[in-house]
Amino acid sequence: MNEFLLIFRRDFKTREQQPSPDQMQAHLKNWQNWFGSIAAQDKLARPLQRWDGEGRVLTHSKTALNGPYVEIKESIGGLIIIKAMDYEEALEIAKGCPILEFGGNVEIRMAL
Amino acid sequence: MDEQELLPHLFRAEYQKMVSVLCYHFGIWHIEIAEDIVSETFLSATETWSLKGIPENPSAWLYTVAKNKTKNYLKRNSLFEQKISEEIRYNTLPSIELEIDMSHKNIMDSQLAMIFTVCNPAISNDSQVALALNLLCGFGIQEIADAFLTNKEVIYKRIIRAKEKLKEAKIKIEQPTKAEINNRLEPVLTTIYLLFSEGYYSTSQNTTLRKDLCIEAIRLNYLLVENESTNKPQVNALLALMCFHASRFEARTNQNGEIVLYEDQNERLWDRELMAKGEYFLNEAANGNTLTKFHLEAGIAYWHTHKEDTTEKWENILDLYNHLLILEYSSVAALNRTFALAKTNRKQQAIQEAEKLNLTDNHFYYTLLGNLYTDLDKKKALTHFETALKLAYTASDKAIILKNIRRLKQDLFLID
Repeated sequence: MNEFLLIFRRDFKTREQQPSPDQMQAHLKNWQNWFGSIAAQDKLARPLQRWDGEGRVLTHSKTALNGPYVEIKESIGGLIIIKAMDYEEALEIAKGCPILEFGGNVEIRMAL
Repeated sequence: MDEQELLPHLFRAEYQKMVSVLCYHFGIWHIEIAEDIVSETFLSATETWSLKGIPENPSAWLYTVAKNKTKNYLKRNSLFEQKISEEIRYNTLPSIELEIDMSHKNIMDSQLAMIFTVCNPAISNDSQVALALNLLCGFGIQEIADAFLTNKEVIYKRIIRAKEKLKEAKIKIEQPTKAEINNRLEPVLTTIYLLFSEGYYSTSQNTTLRKDLCIEAIRLNYLLVENESTNKPQVNALLALMCFHASRFEARTNQNGEIVLYEDQNERLWDRELMAKGEYFLNEAANGNTLTKFHLEAGIAYWHTHKEDTTEKWENILDLYNHLLILEYSSVAALNRTFALAKTNRKQQAIQEAEKLNLTDNHFYYTLLGNLYTDLDKKKALTHFETALKLAYTASDKAIILKNIRRLKQDLFLID
């Protein structure tokens, strides 16, 4: 069994890309169920951690900016570490990730 | 209550109080002396009361006799001079050297100290439960053996070994400090829950004994709620959980001692009073920011006190199981989560999720798959139940699986 980092990113900035309150409620439920599904398979490698949505970004000129949106609109929505045999299995698990519902993506990295 | 009933009743109620007070007084090295003195006290009671009748206040009589026996023991035994006196002088104030304090407060303090001593991770779970039943609940070796479905020798050895371990680890029988309580509360609650589960899920046919185990677990938990220093949210959560479960005690077995499944239970046999108590303690548990597995399990148990299948009920249960699994994995929670998912989402989706669990050595896994397939593909359902039957080892589980197999075979015959 290996450990994989799953990083969820999507555009949290563009107004048209944002879910309605009703969509958001269903969306949150989907997150809970997705986490629950991974946990039910005993494939959650670390406890879940919530992250502040705003954050700071440090540019190459050492200027600190509020909010993680610099040149790109996409930012990190969250990350988890799961247990999986290989990239194939990790990808299969990631396919259920609700970030995909609103045009987001999941970056997957295996722990070495 | 006549004498036939009074003695065993008093024995349970007073045995553990007196043992706790004496152990608290003597320390871990002399638990056996405390037990002997209490046993002798009950022997005297049986003898004297059969001649002179039962005294007006039997408890007070027992305390006086136990106190006197302790004093005599201490005076008589040279051990007092060498060993105990040293410890007593060291542990307690000189003025109460010989006085055994049987006040309500000291009984409470002693019991709390004993709970924290017995529920110590230095000894195995099985031993903790056995020792708790023996020392904290006044159960005889035979009764414990019956509850564990084993023989007296096994339990006897287990208890002796547990006491040795406590002595080796030099565990002191003392009030846990405020700082210690936070660290040590979890193993204590785990033992209490184990004790409860032993009674609730035991396959022992002795219903009275099983019920007694549940009542004792609730009583020990209640002691922690009564005590200000241990009256924490998670303690209330566990108490709520046990109240909710215990409310279905009468409904979950039939006259033959067979398990009645939740769906088939007679709701009128559910104990409303215990359900209300559960709700009270669940509210108490909501104080502060602590969210433990006991909170989540109590929440699940709360929703199970509503028999009617509503979307709200199952969505809440699913959500609580999600949180529970994220907090701590267990195969039981994984299977139950999938069952809840089948109630809120499509069966097909629940089957997909169930198959991901891959618990191929667990008969409950195949029972779940059998249940989920029953409405969709009866032949597949039958295969799953047959696999479950091969893996099941208790008579009650086998009986439930067989019932399903029979029903499916009948249906398949009718369809063909």
